[in-house]
Amino acid sequence: MKIIRLCLQSITAFCLLAAAYADSTQLMSVQVKTTNLREAPSFVGKAGAALSYGDRVEVIGTQGPWSKVIAPGNRAGWVHTSALSAKKIVLKSGQETARTKASNDELALAGKGFNSDVEGEFKKQHRDIDFTCIDRMEKMRVASADMQAFLKEGSVVPKEGGAQ
Amino acid sequence: MNIRTTFNVQRSMFNVQLWISGIFFIFALGTARPQLLDALSDIGAEIGKQTGAITPEQAESIKRAGKAVDKTFEEITPEQEYYIGRTVGAVIINKYRPYDNDTANRYLNQLGQTLAQFSDQPETFGGYHFLLMDSGEINAFSAPGGLVFISRGMLSCCRNEDALAAVLAHEIGHVQHKHGLQAIKKSRLNSAFTILATESAKQFGGQDLKDLTTAFEGTIGDITSTMMNSGYARSCEREADKSAVEILKRAGYDPNGLVAMLREMQKQLKPGGLDFAKTHPSPDSRIEDISKAIGPYEQVKMPVKRQMRFLQSTGGMPQ
Repeated sequence: MKIIRLCLQSITAFCLLAAAYADSTQLMSVQVKTTNLREAPSFVGKAGAALSYGDRVEVIGTQGPWSKVIAPGNRAGWVHTSALSAKKIVLKSGQETARTKASNDELALAGKGFNSDVEGEFKKQHRDIDFTCIDRMEKMRVASADMQAFLKEGSVVPKEGGAQ
Repeated sequence: MNIRTTFNVQRSMFNVQLWISGIFFIFALGTARPQLLDALSDIGAEIGKQTGAITPEQAESIKRAGKAVDKTFEEITPEQEYYIGRTVGAVIINKYRPYDNDTANRYLNQLGQTLAQFSDQPETFGGYHFLLMDSGEINAFSAPGGLVFISRGMLSCCRNEDALAAVLAHEIGHVQHKHGLQAIKKSRLNSAFTILATESAKQFGGQDLKDLTTAFEGTIGDITSTMMNSGYARSCEREADKSAVEILKRAGYDPNGLVAMLREMQKQLKPGGLDFAKTHPSPDSRIEDISKAIGPYEQVKMPVKRQMRFLQSTGGMPQ
């Protein structure tokens, strides 16, 4: 009887934990430097307001790889799920981790690990490796509207629903 | 055998079954989300401990094992991947040098960044960026996070935009599947995560920074050595080709462009070369695999405007 009781207690604990886990996935963080809210679940179309690294969004629905979210400022729109993380991303300036007991599975400290400091240290030790070209490369950005124009000009017709 | 002994035997058997089931359960969930995996391993260990099937020490050991299972390249955050990618890119471009042609590089980015939107990983921390390398070797590299490098030699294997799109889509496939990060040695990851585990909210400094930079250097070495010397596993190349076909189809390009490019590459590759001849499966074997997905080769039909812009943007380059 004791074993059965223990098993039942464990199953109950598991269910409670699963429910808590499922609930925690409703809030997600932007895990890329910047992305845009979109009016529809597709990159084809107008890009809306910009979201930044660490911004918290509430996921209210999904469609394929897209999440419908409510962003700060009560703005609704779609974000590709690859731009989101279930972890709360704490930017350095916040320093909330020092005061919370949350585990690393719930929190990610921005700038932790391989970061600009490590890159700086690497540069000091490898002065022959020049990053100028990489910095220049990262400035080559093609706006969403230009991508649409590029496809149209070349008569490239995306598969219906193909824009993932 | 009295009733009490029978009960004890049954209880022991039940405990053993519970113990084995727990182990299977924890390992079967090796691919589950890390948070869930950890929580379940904790619960599994707790059940075992409470039923007396295992000692508290064994329970702790299971908890630790459960947490260690997911310490793989997937633990690397997009931000860390970005910094790894920047340095991998810097190493590559210091060896091959950039080809300074604004028109060609702008075109390459228009095409590449558009294609990336149709991949399964359209969003990376710093985004996708593309650059031509000033080298006649047939080569292409993709650093983690989305920095992609294409040589003039590789460009010369492309007779039209669909073929070039295929080259870029293949590299995007490598980024999407994190093949670069997979090249990091497990021991390196373990040492890096050991340093990270001791770090809480404090800023890195002193010895921590030095240790982390050493792990970082090793990480960069693992990735660049795989990319430039040994090449990815054949399964990774097949995976990147498969993703390339999917990206091309979604975007509206003809996947036959990939076959057309490989046919041209087959003609141009020099046996014993230090480029794709060394690091990639033969074009013929790749064509064989791709044909299984898209059927027999059909010549790519090119709209005039698309071919015009391809030639205008890439023409006149020294071979």
